[in-house]
Amino acid sequence: MKSGRLWSWIIFALGAAYFLLPLLATFEFSLRIRREGYTFDAYTSVFSDGRFQASFSYSLIVGICAIVVGLLIVVPAAYYVRLRAPHLRPIIEFITLLPLIIPAIILVFGYIRMYNTSSPLPLLGTNLGTDILLTLAYVALALPYMYRAVDTGLRTIDVQTLTEAANILGANQATIIAQVIFPNIIVAVLSGAFLTLAIVIGEFTIASLLNRQVFGVYMQNIGANRAFEPAALAVISFVITWGAMGMIQLLARFAPKTARRD
Amino acid sequence: MATEFLRQEFLRIEKLVKTFGGNQVVKGVDLAFDKGEFVSLLGPSGCGKTTILRMIAGFERPDSGRILVEGKDISGLAPNQRKIGMVFQAYALFPNMNVADNIGFGLKIAGMPKPQREARVEEMLKLIGLSGYGKRYPFELSGGQQQRVALARALAPSPRMLLLDEPLSALDAKIRVSLREQIRQIQRELGITTVFVTHDQEEALSISDRIVVLNTGNVEQFGQPFEIYNRPQTRFVATFVGTLNTLNATVADAGQKTVTLGGTTVTIPALPASARNGEAVALTMRPEAVSLANGAARDIVLDGKVAEVSFLGSVIRLKVDLGDNAVNLDTFNDPRTPPPEHGAPVRVGIASSDVLVLDK
Repeated sequence: MKSGRLWSWIIFALGAAYFLLPLLATFEFSLRIRREGYTFDAYTSVFSDGRFQASFSYSLIVGICAIVVGLLIVVPAAYYVRLRAPHLRPIIEFITLLPLIIPAIILVFGYIRMYNTSSPLPLLGTNLGTDILLTLAYVALALPYMYRAVDTGLRTIDVQTLTEAANILGANQATIIAQVIFPNIIVAVLSGAFLTLAIVIGEFTIASLLNRQVFGVYMQNIGANRAFEPAALAVISFVITWGAMGMIQLLARFAPKTARRD
Repeated sequence: MATEFLRQEFLRIEKLVKTFGGNQVVKGVDLAFDKGEFVSLLGPSGCGKTTILRMIAGFERPDSGRILVEGKDISGLAPNQRKIGMVFQAYALFPNMNVADNIGFGLKIAGMPKPQREARVEEMLKLIGLSGYGKRYPFELSGGQQQRVALARALAPSPRMLLLDEPLSALDAKIRVSLREQIRQIQRELGITTVFVTHDQEEALSISDRIVVLNTGNVEQFGQPFEIYNRPQTRFVATFVGTLNTLNATVADAGQKTVTLGGTTVTIPALPASARNGEAVALTMRPEAVSLANGAARDIVLDGKVAEVSFLGSVIRLKVDLGDNAVNLDTFNDPRTPPPEHGAPVRVGIASSDVLVLDK
C-alpha cells in the first residue's frame, strides 16, 4: 500500500517537473536581462510598450465579441438540441468538432477567398469588416470548447422539466432561456468563455493572415527581434491563461446549487 | 342530491388519441370533469395517464380529439396561453431563484407590479405553511417543502385548473401522507378543479372526488372511490385497485344463480345471466369481505389451514389454504389475542352478496 503511494508521488513529481521546469526556466531567463542580477526589466519593457497595450486590448475586445457571438449561437442551439432534437446531437457534435480537424490556415484561406474585395460580401475591404471576420473566425475556432462547456452545463439540470415549469407559468422561449436556463448554466458558460479568451489571446495564424495586430502577432514580432522580452511575454501569457482557469474554479463556487436534501 | 344539482362541467376531453412511434398510448378517451372537482388519473406505468395530463397542459399535441375548458377548445393553445398550473414529480423549482422568486415567477411574467407580487407571494407562503422561507433557496429545503413551494408557485397566478403529475412519488411515506392531505385541503379551500396523476391506488382512493382508472390507453372505469373499490366493472379495476381474492367454482344451476364451491352449493346473486350450467366461473371478493367464520351473517363457509400470517400493524392479513383455492383475509389486530399460527385449521366465512363475478 505504502509503496503504491510512493510510486504515485514519484509519477506526480515527474509530471509536475515536465510542466513546471520549462516554465521556471523561462521565468528565470526572463529575469536575466541585466548582467548584474535578476530584474523585472523585461516585464517593465513589455508593459510600457505601446504595441503590447494596443495588441492586448485589441485581442481582449475581439475575444469578448467572440464570446458574446458564440454564446448567442451556442446556448440556444445546444438548448434546442437537448430539448427538441436529441437525435441531432451526434451531427451537431461532429460539426462543432470541425474546427479541430480543419487547420486554421485552411479556414483563413477560405475566408480570404470568400470575403475578398471582389466577392459579393467584401468584408475584407474595410477594417470593420475584417474585424468582424476575425471575430467570426474565433467563434468558429472556439466552437468545440464552447459547445461542450454549454452542453455539459445543460446536462447538470433537468432542462425539459424546468422549461415546462416556466412555460406553463406563462414564459415564452426567450424568457425561459434568459431567466431560467442561462442563470443555471452560468458557470459552464463562463468556463467556455474563459477557454475562448485563452484561445483568442494566443492565436496567431488567422490574425496574421488577415493582417490584424493581435497579441499573438505581437508576441511573434517580439520573439523575432528580442531575447528576454519573449520569455517575459510567455510567462505573462501563462499567467493570463491560468488566471482564466482560476476564475472558472472561483465562479464554480457561486453556481446555483441543485442538490436536494430529501 | 344538492351537490348533483350544483355540478357544472368544467373540463371535457373528447375522443383523445395520441400515438408515439406507432404505439397508441391514448385510445379515444372521453372524459368530463366538474368545476372544483378533484379527479385522479390512476393506472400502471404506460397506461397513458401522464400523456393525457401533458395534453391537457399543452406539452403534447393530440393526434385527434379535443380538450375543452368551460366549453372552449384549448387544444391549439400553447402551454403558456392556457392559464393552467402544474406541479411536477421532480419539483422543478428554479435553482437560481429563492423561494419567493420561484413563487413570484408566474406573476412577474404576467406583469404584476412588484408590491402586489410580493403581497401575493406572502399570501401563498402562508397558504403552504412556509412563511419566512421566502429568502431560502430550493437546495436548502426538504423534498416536502420543495413540493409545497412548487404547489404555491403553480397556484400563485390563480390558474383556472391545477394539474399534479405524481407530485408525491419522490417523497417518503410519512411526508407523502401529510402532503396529500395538505394538497386536498388547499384544493378544497380554493375550489380549483384539479387533475392528479398517480399510480398509487391508496393515494387516489384517499384524496379524490372521482377516479379515472386507465389501462393501455383506455378508460376502464370512472367513478367515485367507493364505487371503484366496491363495484369494479372490469377485472383490471378489481385487481389493480386493492387486493382481490379469486375462488374457482362451477356453475350448478345458472337459472337459480347457484355454484358449486368446495363441495357445497351456494347462491351467488352476482352470477351473470350469460353463465351456463357446468361452466367454470371465477368468484372474486375483497379480503375484508372474508372473515374467520364466527359470524352468522356469512352464508359461504369453507374450511382450510393458515398458510401465511402477515402482521401489518392495525391489521393482520392471513392467507388461508382451502385445498383447490386460497383466500387472503384481513382481521383487526387485537392485542389480547395472538394471531393464528401457521398451519392452524380455520373456518372462513364469506357473504355471498360481497362476491363479484368478473368475466372481462
